[in-house]
Amino acid sequence: MSVVLEWWTVVAVVAGAFFFLAGTIGLLRFPDSFTRLHALTKADNLGLGLVVLGLLPLVDSVSAGLKLVCIWLLVLLSGATASQLIARTFRRDGSPS
Amino acid sequence: MAEFLLGAAAFILAMVALGLVRVLRGPADADRMMAAQLLGTGGIAAVLLLGAATDERAAIDVALTLALLAAFAAFAFVKARSAPANGEVRTDDQP
Repeated sequence: MSVVLEWWTVVAVVAGAFFFLAGTIGLLRFPDSFTRLHALTKADNLGLGLVVLGLLPLVDSVSAGLKLVCIWLLVLLSGATASQLIARTFRRDGSPS
Repeated sequence: MAEFLLGAAAFILAMVALGLVRVLRGPADADRMMAAQLLGTGGIAAVLLLGAATDERAAIDVALTLALLAAFAAFAFVKARSAPANGEVRTDDQP
């Protein structure tokens, strides 16, 4: 593996891990449910996305790489939909605490 | 490279485990569900990193299954809390 691709993996995985750190801190420290939802979706979309991008140079076939990207797309779709639905339960149940 | 990937997987798992404190603190059920969702996504990332570190191709399929299960868990939670749809009959007692 060339040095450039190796550095690409390191940088992208570290950035993804940083977004998981930010998502966890946000989930624990943010004051109300809507802001916590905001922090959670950043960890979902960007954290996993950067990890997947970092792992792409390591796979040995095109189909495995496509599968990695498909996992990310599935998480993006389900995360966006679930966030909307969870936020709707907050609105129906009254003001979030 | 394998050591770095293993370290990253351990770090992400530690972060997700820390996020589970939100399950204890609540206050709303949806807050607890959000921590479970973070566990799902972090678990996917950790499985992918472990699979790349140990050169295990089946890990990608495991991660795909985990992504599906996390999606189903979130939708089941919202469905259980929402009002019944038109003509829907529920067998459980909980509203």
